[in-house]
Amino acid sequence: MKADYSKITRDGLWNNNPALVQILGLCPLLAVTNSVINGLGLGVATLLTLALSNLSVSLIRNVIRPEIRIPVFVLIIAAIVTAIELAMNAYFYDLYKVLGIFIPLIVTNCSIIARAEAFAAKNPPFPALVDGLMMGLGFTLVLVVLGAMRELLGHGTLLANAQLMFGEAARDLGVTVIENYQGLLLAILPPGAFIGLGLLIAIKNVIDNRRALRASRVAAPHGEALPVT
Amino acid sequence: MLLRHMFTTASFLGLFAVIGTALVALTFVNTEQRIADNELHALLRSLHDLVPPRLHDNDITEDTLTIRDPDLLGTGKPVTVYQARKYGHPVAVILAPTAPDGYNGDIKLLVAIDQYGLLMGVRVVNHRETPGLGDSIDSEHSDWIESFNGYSYDNPGSLGWRVEKDGGIFDQFTGATISPRAVVKAVHKALEYFEAHKDTLLAPPQSRAKNPETHTDEG
Repeated sequence: MKADYSKITRDGLWNNNPALVQILGLCPLLAVTNSVINGLGLGVATLLTLALSNLSVSLIRNVIRPEIRIPVFVLIIAAIVTAIELAMNAYFYDLYKVLGIFIPLIVTNCSIIARAEAFAAKNPPFPALVDGLMMGLGFTLVLVVLGAMRELLGHGTLLANAQLMFGEAARDLGVTVIENYQGLLLAILPPGAFIGLGLLIAIKNVIDNRRALRASRVAAPHGEALPVT
Repeated sequence: MLLRHMFTTASFLGLFAVIGTALVALTFVNTEQRIADNELHALLRSLHDLVPPRLHDNDITEDTLTIRDPDLLGTGKPVTVYQARKYGHPVAVILAPTAPDGYNGDIKLLVAIDQYGLLMGVRVVNHRETPGLGDSIDSEHSDWIESFNGYSYDNPGSLGWRVEKDGGIFDQFTGATISPRAVVKAVHKALEYFEAHKDTLLAPPQSRAKNPETHTDEG
């Protein structure tokens, strides 16, 4: 069986996006996306966890007995997340202080165990790794876009505090888009996250509908072949 | 047969528990020192923000004493006092009191007071105030916290040590009175503690070492 990498990629980034289609992992997603950098930080941590857990689960998929499969997955995911948390505390201390409680919460992000069970446990290691990376990337993209929307509306800036992630040299990456902006509090508070995510899902659905419509028009030029009823 | 099956399954689960624990233990051992360094570095950075390094020559993170005063320091837990000295003479002390009545629970502060009782600076170390409103108490968001510099326990006096809305001299910000009110109150109480325990707080390290218990639970 040959893995279809282009399908894995399209599923992770768009067709089966963890945040926009599966709607999984909402707790960290809604809580940390008040700025681009916070979203990116949590996104990268989630991506690493997904890739590593998918790879490990796939490697042991033939030795593991089905009745203890779920506890073993949980053990693996918890160990990986704890290791990532410690590493982040050691190497990205300031960002760790900002994301704080949400890193251990990656353990409870359902999309990780969902991918382990639905994909990694049934596929060879390399496709499982790619699936983890693409699902993680799809999740990260949504976190970053939502973070950008909320940061722009809430503070009038973009990429502020980039030094937390990229070191002192990146401090100037942050741009003030709107000068002397009073700020829109709603965008930063949790309701802003729900409204923002709702808008993103709506936009995705509109794009999908347009594409489906165009595809059906191409299949049936001038609409003649379409049944009238 | 069934027993045997159960046994192998259980050993399998046990094996993965051991592997998982080993991975975490290994990461912990490899990052422990670096995490401790980070925490010390972050503490030193916030202390030096209040008392610049040129003003003292001692190791400010080591030269500490522990005090306890639930009423004036806002927490029943022991509170650390960092002491800055130059040539052995006290220059300033930094207290770490808590404002227990923030909008969203505790606001942890660092309050630097020089040897004459004047405020050198205040910083918010940890808070959960509303983003965009109450978080202006944080020096990352506004310079409101600088407005304390130079004041002392007697200046502006206990009627002045309030936010403007309550008749005092310190600004509140639009839409948020509770957070600044809590900080003003906590800073004033920290100054009160300093005035009452000046001698212990500014004592040279030797005399404290002789008598380590006297300073801890008074007040």
